[in-house]
Amino acid sequence: MRTVIGLEVHAQLLTKTKLFCSCSAAYFGAPPNAHTCPVCLGMPGALPVLNERAVEYALKAALALHCEIPARSVFARKNYFYPDLPKGYQISQYEEPLALRGYLELPTGKRVRIRRLHLEEDAGKLLHRPEGYSLVDLNRAGVPLIEIVSEPDLSSPEEARLYMEELRRVLRYLGVCSGDMEEGSLRCDANVSVSPDERLGTKTEIKNMNSFRAIEEALKFEVARQRALVEKGHPIEQATLTWNEALGRTELMRSKEEAEDYRYFPEPDLVPLQIDDAWRERVKRSLPELPAQKRARWMQEYKLPEYDISVLTDERSVAEYFESVVGLYPHPKDVSNWMMSEILRLLKESQTMEIALKPEHFARVLEMVSSGQINRTVAKDVIAESFKTGKAPDEIVRARGLSQISDEQALAEIVAKVLAENPKAVADFQSGKEAAIGFLQGQVMKATGGKADPKKTREMLLQRLRAT
Amino acid sequence: MITREDVLHIAKLARLQLSEEQIALFQEQLGKILGYFQELEKLDTSSVPPMTHVLDLSNVLRPDEPRPSLSVEEALRNAPRSREGYFEVPRIVEKT
Repeated sequence: MRTVIGLEVHAQLLTKTKLFCSCSAAYFGAPPNAHTCPVCLGMPGALPVLNERAVEYALKAALALHCEIPARSVFARKNYFYPDLPKGYQISQYEEPLALRGYLELPTGKRVRIRRLHLEEDAGKLLHRPEGYSLVDLNRAGVPLIEIVSEPDLSSPEEARLYMEELRRVLRYLGVCSGDMEEGSLRCDANVSVSPDERLGTKTEIKNMNSFRAIEEALKFEVARQRALVEKGHPIEQATLTWNEALGRTELMRSKEEAEDYRYFPEPDLVPLQIDDAWRERVKRSLPELPAQKRARWMQEYKLPEYDISVLTDERSVAEYFESVVGLYPHPKDVSNWMMSEILRLLKESQTMEIALKPEHFARVLEMVSSGQINRTVAKDVIAESFKTGKAPDEIVRARGLSQISDEQALAEIVAKVLAENPKAVADFQSGKEAAIGFLQGQVMKATGGKADPKKTREMLLQRLRAT
Repeated sequence: MITREDVLHIAKLARLQLSEEQIALFQEQLGKILGYFQELEKLDTSSVPPMTHVLDLSNVLRPDEPRPSLSVEEALRNAPRSREGYFEVPRIVEKT
């Protein structure tokens, strides 16, 4: 049985103001209705004016998704009655959207085609009270959104999730959307159908999937439900469904007969938008290296395992941090190991977005480890402290007495003790296995908590081993 | 021609309740309007691009700089009912 899924994603753009008025778009946590004006309240005679940055951000997303940008796009009114939309229509784009025919490449290498990408305004928020009324907050009404519609190219719930994760990654790399699904900054509806042959089956639409997990679970449920029907020879009814997270099932929201009639028509209050080659090229040049490009380059340049690459390129700031450190300490796998074990843990604990440890400090710690100046346990402490305080590793090592022991007599005593305790390694060395010196050096490091001067230790060991 | 069902559908979309007399009146009037458009359809417009706007303008944009919004009191002033800074509306169950 073949599964066919297409996704419709709404992403809030990180502009300061709304799409068609100068009210703040930072609605999250604001007192209700504190960010409204005649335009977003839908007062008669108020006229919308398009936000330039919203166009810029939408173009960035469209070009990052390899879309064609028609020379002209037009806004349209989508009419419906609901109290979250005081004008009685949503300003969107319909027949002439901002962008068409692109694709998103998944980490698996599969290209999922993008049908269209357009600009539109968000609606307000409703609170339903059990006492029998609803409350309306219009702070979110008019916040800029891009709607990104994929072709039905996804063939499983897992792949739909991969698509959504990659799309979020791209939007975050571009800095055009926070990608926060819990807060509703990134939302997703899905069209799903199953069929026993190559023909497309009747599709249902699922709404209200507010996390990656919800997307996967809802689609799994719906695919299983449709398959069971098809196997029994029952027809699939075209319908809009909503995902009930608590009960773990899709539920009927409206049937085909109740489908909306939006009566789209061109928005007379807004003039067409024209994107010329110069504008498009300027935005194209401003695009950062995107996740798929970065993954491919890292594979070539750093020869890292796929897993390391996927973890370290997930967030642009983490990826860029990795590259600064590798620039200073050119051992990619070493840096990757330390980042995945220590740095990402500390980053998570710090509950911030920025890695507080300076790249040069991190690189310095790795140098100290590789030269044997400190051991790995000490290095973890030094990294944690430098992360917290911003102090230079050398300073921390000095202040905490972690610096290497170069006092001849103290070191001589430890070396003597190590030699006495490891007769086998001594014998190995003397029978010609020079590599045994490494083991003995390690033992000295261990005995001193990483504080022995590696160069001196080696010299001293050689001297003693040759003397006996 | 506009049927009685067309009138009722349009009335429903516009959230209007029409009397029997009004249904008949609008059926006739809307039918006439459609008739005018049928006249226009006689013209060959295949080489004329659709006009979405009367002005020959494009790209009217504003910078992304916040300006003060209305106060909550002002925003709610025209509302028949409000509560705790919100507009209050009759119970709404699900968007249909």
